[in-house]
This record gives sequence, structure tokens and C-alpha cells, in this order.
Amino acid sequence: MFIKPYGDTSNDGAVQLSFTLPIKNCGRAKEAARLYVQKLGFQKVDVVHAAPLSEEFTFFVAYGKTETGIDYDKVEYAEAVDKYLSMDEVNEFIRTHFKRKLVIVGACTGTDAHTVGIDAIMNMKGYNHHFGLERYPMIEALNMGSQVPNEKILAKAKELKADAVLVSQIVTQKDVHIKNLTEFIELAEAEKVRGKMLLVMGGPRVNNKLAKELGYDAGFGTGTYAEHVATFVVKKLYERLTSRK
Amino acid sequence: MTPVKSKLGLSKAKITKARRLAAGITAPVQDFIDKHTTVTIERATLRLLGADGANSDGVPVPNLIAQQCAGRLAGGASVFYVNALVKLSKTPAQLNAEIEKGLDISGLELTDRRHIQKKADELLRDLDARITGNVAHRNAKLKAYKDKIKSPQIYVIVATGNIYEDVKQAQAAALEGADIIAVIRTTGQSLLDYVPYGATTEGFGGTYATQENFRIMRKALDEVVDKEGRYIKLVNYCSGLCMPEIAAMGAMERLDMMLNDSMYGILFRDINMYRTFTDQFFSRMINTAADIIINTGEDNYLTTSDAVEKAHTVLASQLINEKFAANTGMPNRLMGLGHAFEINPEFKNGFLYEYAQALMAREIFPEHPLKYMPPTKFMTGDIFKGFAMNTLFNFVCKATGQGIALLGMLTEAIHTPYLQDRHLAIENALYVHNTMEGFMDDIEFKKDGIMARRARQVLDETTDFLSDVKKHGLFTAIETGMFAEIKRPRDGGKGLDGVYEKTPDYWNPVETYLKKKLKIAKS
Repeated sequence: MFIKPYGDTSNDGAVQLSFTLPIKNCGRAKEAARLYVQKLGFQKVDVVHAAPLSEEFTFFVAYGKTETGIDYDKVEYAEAVDKYLSMDEVNEFIRTHFKRKLVIVGACTGTDAHTVGIDAIMNMKGYNHHFGLERYPMIEALNMGSQVPNEKILAKAKELKADAVLVSQIVTQKDVHIKNLTEFIELAEAEKVRGKMLLVMGGPRVNNKLAKELGYDAGFGTGTYAEHVATFVVKKLYERLTSRK
Repeated sequence: MTPVKSKLGLSKAKITKARRLAAGITAPVQDFIDKHTTVTIERATLRLLGADGANSDGVPVPNLIAQQCAGRLAGGASVFYVNALVKLSKTPAQLNAEIEKGLDISGLELTDRRHIQKKADELLRDLDARITGNVAHRNAKLKAYKDKIKSPQIYVIVATGNIYEDVKQAQAAALEGADIIAVIRTTGQSLLDYVPYGATTEGFGGTYATQENFRIMRKALDEVVDKEGRYIKLVNYCSGLCMPEIAAMGAMERLDMMLNDSMYGILFRDINMYRTFTDQFFSRMINTAADIIINTGEDNYLTTSDAVEKAHTVLASQLINEKFAANTGMPNRLMGLGHAFEINPEFKNGFLYEYAQALMAREIFPEHPLKYMPPTKFMTGDIFKGFAMNTLFNFVCKATGQGIALLGMLTEAIHTPYLQDRHLAIENALYVHNTMEGFMDDIEFKKDGIMARRARQVLDETTDFLSDVKKHGLFTAIETGMFAEIKRPRDGGKGLDGVYEKTPDYWNPVETYLKKKLKIAKS
């Protein structure tokens, strides 16, 4: 099926555009905007609005018609198989399957003072309209902040009988994050918490593959929201719970 | 801001009771504040006395001095700085250069206290001249261009991460009608225990609040002031681990407004509560002395909690912020108490609830330049619906006489504002505000209508809530999650190690100067 945008009649290819050019508003500017939209591949271009934003900038609204279409049958897209749960679904999942609150402890460990990652996942406000774990009624979340020694976060996790520990590493030089993350795992082994609580790492320079190599249960990179981490935690804990029965 | 006759039929007795409760809540905290100083208060003091610059590793001079003083900060850091100026016969600029190179001033033998005090008095005269000069300059411009002051004042944000790009966008916005420009800060600056030095050209999500950036933007806006014949206010963020230092920089560089909340850092940035309470006091003394309007952050309660259920926490926080600010001698006209238009657009009669809440705030705080925040939480990629929501927000702003209208952007939740987004927002606000100029005076409400009942309910819930907080004490209330459903232990969070109990011989000439100027000195 070959398709084009629909304005007021089939296949008219009508598109609405708005943009700013770095020029003073005048007749010539409007003509430049029209020619520019034409250059984008549109025909029958109408610049319907031009407003000065300052001496140097003008805002335009324009309409144009395009000949370009697309064969919809040839569009391929695999829907995400591993579907993430929403915040409400995570809480519901915990209520149904665990019948208690889950405890998650997190920190930015080692020398790293940048909490933007752990805060995005844990703090009430979360990030980009995705609430953090502190907002989850069925999760008791403790964000220990930045520059937390590995020993300290593990001690806290044991004290609170944490179900999962989140370790964040944002800024790193000469792979110091790898050294620190490895040290954490070695300590966790020595303290015999590995295999008991989930160990999760996050940061812009890490991913799931690296996490597995280092001995973590999972790793999350850029673009991760709280519900992504939470979904992993609840599903993985449930998997462990049921396999033990 | 003329006081308005109550259209909602709010009980004066209940408002008085709520204020009394807030006073009871803040009093024990103020006792703690009065006995303590913090590392950033000491650094702010040093800055106001002339300490500035940074070493080759980027460590600011005030931090270098604080490191040298270490535990002796409890007695005040200024004595070492002023002593060094006297002993070495140097100007602050010369001394700063030596400290940058590694000079340890804490090791110098202290000279006669009278010489130190005399030098401090001299530095304070310079400081007072600078701050008073800034206030006089602002007031002269505001007076000269009086007929151009809009109500509400239009507040927009720039956030490019490059101060020189910010300048272009800020000037464009001001020329289009914005009265107030806020320069967004780089993500995470609130948790840095130092203020970076110099101009920012590559920030993440904003620029650093630095004295140089303040200066660059102030100059750029002043160009528009003279061109347009309208005073343009500059805003930055006086929050985080360096509240007092940023206040100090703002006072020196003539900022006009500062985001400055008494509890925001504790709840939303996990900064230690003792640290934040102590810091907010000192920062607010500076803001008051420099005639800088503060903006409090109550909007954050509504982005984390439900705006209908938790409306009373906004009013409660406004009352607490008001009392803490009053403790610094701050007049009502400088208290830009915050609130927001954040009810889910799917909620039936949500608009009436928003309107009632905003009008209630106006009636309870008649002299305060309330800061009203636009929808953010329920903004989506549907820019057209977002624009409609912003229009209703603009309506409530004007209909309730808000002082400061932070305009919503149709692309909120998508990207930092494009040049044209700000243009569209300003155009929308100017249209709405003009077309309903006389509306507020013309309208009355049903005595027992939805709005009057809603406002009464929120006020009742607020007094109940404040009674509860007072019973437990503010520290415990925060520990147990009574605010924004966030729990912060009193000995947790960042920055506690920078809090010091003042020694009996604690010496801070700037504090003495401020308290005297603000008429809050205890005899």
C-alpha cells in the first residue's frame, strides 16, 4: 500500500511546517523561506505566517505538498518482545507476587561525585517525566548519594536486607569505573551477598554486556528510566523465588 | 500589588492560625540555625570580602581557604583572610593571586584584632557601596520605566548550555516582551560543593552559575533595558550545596531574582537538612540586603505528588517559607512564593480547582509577588494540546493577579525551548493578559460554589497538616516523609560534614553587617 500525507483529500501530500531562519523579517525573508521549503522537496509552498523573533531571527509557518510517498507494506518493525512494565504495573506485580515492599539501595560509588544517573533512577522526581523508585509505593528505596565507598553501600544493603543494589558510575577517566565496579563485585563475593541480592550497575559508559562480564546481574546505559530497572528487578527476583520453590 | 477583597470567603481566623503554626514550626529550627555556620557560609563570607579566582586545577580561592582552615571554620574563616590582607599589605586581588599559587593564609600569625576589625570595616564599606549601588541602579531603572511594568511579569527560561547562545535567546525573548530571564543551570551543579569559575560554553542542560556568567548575562540584558525602555530581571538558582555563595555572587552582579527554597534541597536533592536550613538563612539575608526577590519551589510538590490530593502541602510550604524568609528581615514584596498549574487535564473541573488554589494563594499572600508555574507533568509530545493548556494557565495567572508568570512552552517534555517556542509562549500570554485586563475586578464567585468550597477545604487541610508537623517538629516531619512523601534522615544527605557549631569567639564581620542592615541583630 502506497501512502502519502492526507490534508483534505486523499494523497494530497499536505504537510505543515514551522521553523526559524536567522534573518531579519522582510519580504525577501519570506521569499527565502518559500524557496527553502521548496528545496526541501515541497511543491505549492505557502508561507502563511512570518513573525520577527528579534532583529536577527524570523519565525515562519508554511504549508507545502509533497510528491514523496512510502510503501507501507515494506515497512518493517519488530515490536519490543521484552516489554517493560509501567510504574503502576511494577507496584502491582510486587503486591501480587511478593506481598511485601522490596528494598533497593543505590549509590554512586568510589570517587565519582556525579549522582545525575542514580538520582534519575531513584529520586522521587525521576527523570524526563519518569518517576524514580522513591515514588514507588511498593519499593523502599534508599539513595545513598555520591562518593560512597563500596564497603559502606554493601554494609547498608545487608543492614536493610536489600533485595537489590544499584551502583552508578557516571564520570570516569582511564577506566577507573571498571576498577571500582570490579572491586565492588569482589567485596560482594567476600561478603557472600552475590546471588542473594541483585547487583545492578548503571552509567553512560556501561551496558548489559559489560555488567555480565564483570559478574553483575544486569547493566543499564543511557536512556534508562526507573521503570526499566524496576521491571528487571521484580522479574528477576520473581524468577529466583519461583525456581527455589 | 494591592490587597484584594476575599472572593472565596476564607476565614481570617484560620489564616492567622495557619501562620501561627508555621511560626511554631520554624522557631526551633531557627534556634539551631543561629548556633551554626557551614563551609559554604564561610566561603560566601570570604567572597563578599573579596576572595575570588581559582587555581590551575580549577579549585576556587574560597574553597582553598576553607580547606586550609578545616576545623577552624567553626570560629569563622574571615579572620584568616582579613589578617592576611593586613599582614601582607595586599589588596584582595593580590592576595587571591598568591592563594591561587599555593599560599596558606591559615598559618600566618594573627595580628592585633583591632587592625583586623579595622580592615574588615573598610572591606564592608566597599561591599555595602556595591550592594547599595546595585539596588539604587535597579530602582532607578524600575522607576524610570514604571509604565512598562506588566502584571503579571513574564518569566522565560534559556537553557542552551552556552552562555553566549543564552545571551542571543535571552535578548530575543526580552525584545518580544519577556520581563524576566532565568538562565538554567547545568544538571548536577546543586550537588557540587564549590562554585565553578569562569564562562560556560559547554554545559549539560544549562550553564554553571558562575560569577562570570552572571556578569555576561547582566550586561546583555542591560543593553535591552536601555533599548526597550523596560527593566529586564535576571534570575539564577540560589539552591544546592552553595546557596549562600550564589546569593553573594548575585548580590554583587545585580541579579534580580533567585530560586531559593528553605526545603527544596533536602527533599529533592537529598542535601542534609541541618546544612540546608543553615544555608538558606544566610543566603536569604544576602538576598534581602540586595533587594533580590526569591522564588520558592512549591511547584515541585505537585510534580512528585498528586496536585489535587496534595494541594495543602503547597500552602503549608508557602507558610513555612514565608516565616523562614521573614526571620531574615525579608519584606513580603521580595517573597515570590511558588505554586503550579499541575492538575491532570483529564480531571473533571480541574480548571476550577487550579483557579481556586491560585486565588486562595493570592488572598492569603496579598503583598507577595507569587510565582506561578505552568503545566509540565502532563505535557506530552502533543504540542497543540500543550498550547491549549498553557492558554488556560495564562488565564488563571491573570485572573488571580499572580506576580510572576513562568510561561509554559508547547514543547515542554520534548526539548529545551526553541527560539520560536518562546515567541509563541510570549504571544499567547500577551494576548490572554490583555484581552482580560479587567476580568479579576469584575468577577465574583458563588458563596458555596465549587471554587469557594475547594479553597476552604485546602485551607482546612493545611492547618491540620501544619498542626501535625508542629507536633512532631520539622526535623522529624521530614524524616518520616510528611513532605512530598520523601523521607530524609536528619544525619543523612549531602553536606552534613560541612556544618559547624559556632565557637564562642566566632567572628563573621559580614554576618554582623547583614544583621545590622536588616535590623535582625539580637542584642
